[in-house]
Amino acid sequence: MIFPKLKVLRSHGRQAIPNLDAVQLTERFRGRPELTETTDTADLEAAAALCPTGALAAKPFTLDLGRCLFCGECALRAPRNIRFTNDYRIGSPTREGLVLRPGMTAVPFDRADVRPELARCFGQSLHLREVSAGGDASVEMELGATGNVNFDFGRFGVGFTASPRHADGVVISGPVTANMAEALRICCEAVAEPKLLIACGTEACSGGLFAESKAIDRTFFATHHIDLWLPGAPTHPMIFIDGLRTLLGKKNRN
Amino acid sequence: MIRYYITDNTAAAIPLREIPEVSYADFYDDLCAKLAEPRYHLAHYFARPEEGRMRFYALLLDDDTSQVLITSFATDYYDDTALPSLTACHPQVHPFERDIAERYGIRFDGMPWPKPLRFPFDRYDRRSTMDNYPFYTMEGGSLHEVNVGPIHAGIIEPGAFRFICSGEQVLHLEIALGYQHRGVEHAFETTANRLRQCCLAETVAGDSAVAHATAFVEAVEKLTGHERPAQLDRERAVGLELERMAMQIADTGALSGDVSYQLGQVACEALRTMTINTTQAWCGNRFGKGLIRPHGTRYPLDAATSEMIRHNVKEIARRYNEVRQDIKSSPTLLARFEQCGVVTRDQMTELGGVGQAARSSGLARDIRASHPWGVYAKHIRHESIVKRQGDVMARLMMRCREILQSADYIDRLLTIYEQKYADAPNPCAAPDYAAPLAPSSLSFGLVEGWRGETCHVLVTDAEGRIAACRIKDASLHNWAALALALRGEGISDFPICNKSFNLSYCGHDL
Repeated sequence: MIFPKLKVLRSHGRQAIPNLDAVQLTERFRGRPELTETTDTADLEAAAALCPTGALAAKPFTLDLGRCLFCGECALRAPRNIRFTNDYRIGSPTREGLVLRPGMTAVPFDRADVRPELARCFGQSLHLREVSAGGDASVEMELGATGNVNFDFGRFGVGFTASPRHADGVVISGPVTANMAEALRICCEAVAEPKLLIACGTEACSGGLFAESKAIDRTFFATHHIDLWLPGAPTHPMIFIDGLRTLLGKKNRN
Repeated sequence: MIRYYITDNTAAAIPLREIPEVSYADFYDDLCAKLAEPRYHLAHYFARPEEGRMRFYALLLDDDTSQVLITSFATDYYDDTALPSLTACHPQVHPFERDIAERYGIRFDGMPWPKPLRFPFDRYDRRSTMDNYPFYTMEGGSLHEVNVGPIHAGIIEPGAFRFICSGEQVLHLEIALGYQHRGVEHAFETTANRLRQCCLAETVAGDSAVAHATAFVEAVEKLTGHERPAQLDRERAVGLELERMAMQIADTGALSGDVSYQLGQVACEALRTMTINTTQAWCGNRFGKGLIRPHGTRYPLDAATSEMIRHNVKEIARRYNEVRQDIKSSPTLLARFEQCGVVTRDQMTELGGVGQAARSSGLARDIRASHPWGVYAKHIRHESIVKRQGDVMARLMMRCREILQSADYIDRLLTIYEQKYADAPNPCAAPDYAAPLAPSSLSFGLVEGWRGETCHVLVTDAEGRIAACRIKDASLHNWAALALALRGEGISDFPICNKSFNLSYCGHDL
């Protein structure tokens, strides 16, 4: 009985990533795009016309990460204008911060946009309640993965909890369906102040593919202040970890 | 015997005028007779307004002959005579009739449990809401109800579960879904941007992105009428089998975690990371989003990528096999998993169960074997793994075997690939998002995802636009099986029963 376990342990070895702040993702991972302006905009206009969520605009040339699905099609249509890097540091304290313009080499993260009490209250320990409101299970699985044996976000005192009464904040995934809007509101109300709200995934940031859908109710975002916007389809665990570490003042963007 | 349009899973799109139209009485009689045989089951049954009428289409699968039988009937749009319900004789029709009734207000006479299915935004009766879902109730001094959801304790999607218990024992579980309804089908029908439609298919159920995208893209390719490059079939199959491996490993880990078998849990977490990182190194996304596109791919398998995938998959299979051995030699795990959450073969057949859950109960439903497409029709003769017990252990052991089988398939596919295409730098064309679709036609994509049968049916209008996209995830059939599995079990066994099925909420709610 003990030998099969020893075998599993031996093969398993040590899996935790030693330094979470120094992770490099694979070359092909589609993270922060870099935009370059050209005089000839034919390719760019064709790419913008094809963009599945209208995240890419040719005039003026902007790419809204809050609407981007990271499908990468625009970079293939207009390779001179758009290039996806493997930079996962794409979280922002403001929704406007996710709109990229030519020449930008990082997603801005201005500490002045962060409520000062967040680092003070949650810097050492943060427990979050996750609410999926129309999420397609991929963002949810990536959030679950932040606590797994590889990423082990728990080492910094950050984890997920079952009850909103035990939570310091809420992570919202999915475009917020009309059928879940009420449950989401009740859950957020049940969390004591001061609390942290995080929109996780492109669908949460803007509605994504469902922004125009009649089955969606996004009034929540008009009535609540979101502290951290994390794009991604789905949001890679490193996007989440980097975003929260930066928000809590443990890490600097530049 | 009524007339059917007989086709298979690889044939071209079907002009709507060639689909026979029969009377409902004949349709009812014939389906009542056919569905009594386990070789037949309904892949899809839906209604749509067409030229001022309501036209109902049914896709019937024949597992013995690999045929797909398609027929239809029509009613006057404003005719409100009730149709005799097929559910009364064959419960597998239940979700389909509930859907038709909920969308269009069509009444089915004698339908048991005439309840809402997913509360779509365009439902017929706006007074029917999540708050007044008609839960089944039982009276009795020793009974109590437990309500769970819509928000669950873990990081998962929402859905409401109501248990009626006597002490610890569950007498009845009812599952009310619809919280995840995003209007996916409607979104397909209101855009002409095919890239957007591909992205929508990938998000029907994010954990089955490759399966749903493949089903959609296959249906589109049938409508364009162009042959796709043969290499593409292999790339899609490698993507599909990688997705199957990743999710089956994730479920093994989740089941291990639920019974506090932490060694299995962490080992599987690491192995799942390795699997999805392999997918990511290939196509830039851990869930394979962006990989499946019509007529081509942006991520052809080159020699270096093939070698990387093959090497990783071998290592994952080796290490997973050790976990499997450990599970089988741990009596404490067997005590929790065996004889728990049993669904019999007869129950599965009646419910029209599909995929791994059906195969764990002795019902060999597997599109790869019964209605092969792509590589499964050419290079790989798939033999389904079937377990008889129908308990949690059977569903776990099914996963264990499927992972090793998928690893073997990937290895074989890459070997064929290298032998044939090693010299060609980019044998696959770029995707084609502009190819015109055949007008007034119906086509379907039928794929065995990791959860089971995944079906996309597309109907085009006279201008060749997608006028209707009807999606069916394996979960639509199998949620009822989960409810049955709980009967008579202790309520504390719900988590492992639930994880052993791991059904999709968004794939059901659309």
